[in-house]
Amino acid sequence: MVIEARQLALWLGRVAGTRDRAAFAQLFGHFAPRLKGYLVRLGCDAGTAEELVQDVMLTVWRRADSFDPTQAGAATWIYTIARNRRIDRLRRERHPVVDPTDPLLVPDPGENAEQGIETAEREHSLLGAIGRLPKEQAELVQMAFFEDRPHSRIAEATRLPLGTVKSRIRLALARLKRELGQEEST
Amino acid sequence: MPHFHPDDEDLLDYAAGRFDEAFAVLIASHLTLCPTCRAAAAAFEAMGGAVLDATAPEVLSPGSLDRLMARLDEPEPIDLATPPATGEFRHLPAPLRAFVAAAPPWKRVMRGLEEAEIGPRRGSIRARMMRIAPGGAMPRHTHGGREMLIVLDGGYTDEVGDYGVGDVAAADAELVHKPIADPTEGCLCFAVTDAPLKLTGPLGRVLNLFIRY
Repeated sequence: MVIEARQLALWLGRVAGTRDRAAFAQLFGHFAPRLKGYLVRLGCDAGTAEELVQDVMLTVWRRADSFDPTQAGAATWIYTIARNRRIDRLRRERHPVVDPTDPLLVPDPGENAEQGIETAEREHSLLGAIGRLPKEQAELVQMAFFEDRPHSRIAEATRLPLGTVKSRIRLALARLKRELGQEEST
Repeated sequence: MPHFHPDDEDLLDYAAGRFDEAFAVLIASHLTLCPTCRAAAAAFEAMGGAVLDATAPEVLSPGSLDRLMARLDEPEPIDLATPPATGEFRHLPAPLRAFVAAAPPWKRVMRGLEEAEIGPRRGSIRARMMRIAPGGAMPRHTHGGREMLIVLDGGYTDEVGDYGVGDVAAADAELVHKPIADPTEGCLCFAVTDAPLKLTGPLGRVLNLFIRY
């Protein structure tokens, strides 16, 4: 069953707004097995992956009020929690993130409400954008999120020279940024 | 706004959670000061979200949801507070304030240069704050491995360009440079290296014997 990004964001909003446990169970049903798949692909054993999934979903419950649908989609927000918790747990390090209340934060001069709506749509169309990449670039982008030392490992796995792997990833990133409308700001 | 930025691959490594902590702190500090790279990093995180959503699900052990539902009312652990942006921390973006945690232990390295090592070394990775006096010139040096640096206050000029607040400089073994700090404000920066720095030139060769980089 394909669940739309908008539905996931709606459930997350209900968890934040009314501490809706049924909506939380829906989110769990969608994300928990994917999180386990993601963690296992990154090299976690099944037991550690399950513990981390519990940890991530508990953080989702506790931090739901900091989810801002104008900034990121539900999958992206949960992805960043999983990334951070995994680093906390396995490397005993923190993954430093930008603090939106930091007095030193330089605000985006072009930020406005309309952009926020586009952000919510963006996540939904991203898979499509990755799908439109040439196959070898799309695979590299996916691998980039599943490898700890991607460039050399990918070079080994694909038997491509390291320089080729790097330039293909660079091409794919440039193209995705263009598709996501980032080109005017770089 | 900054003129020198990390490259896309650095932002991807940050978004994918692949950087060691000190490098990630440097990137997150730049993101605080650079809305352009912040938007690019958000796009790469959205790629992470799309990849997560497309990951083949793995079956969870029975009772996982019930176990979690039973934990929802547990008391929350308290987060460590980030030091406020005052005093010595006034030029440090929040990710760096949290990483530095306490006032940096400044040490004089040579005339016009003070350094403070931050956090424990992890393998060959070393993080430090550097403070260069106004107009101070660093000895010409090259880099044994990878170095990344962010300017936090003032600035410096070298053979590549003029670096100001928020600018990120990346150096590798090919770069030999002689940075000179801003004549009025000097330069405060945060640098992360993953291999020893080598001084070149006659003075540098002597200093190499005394400075343990």
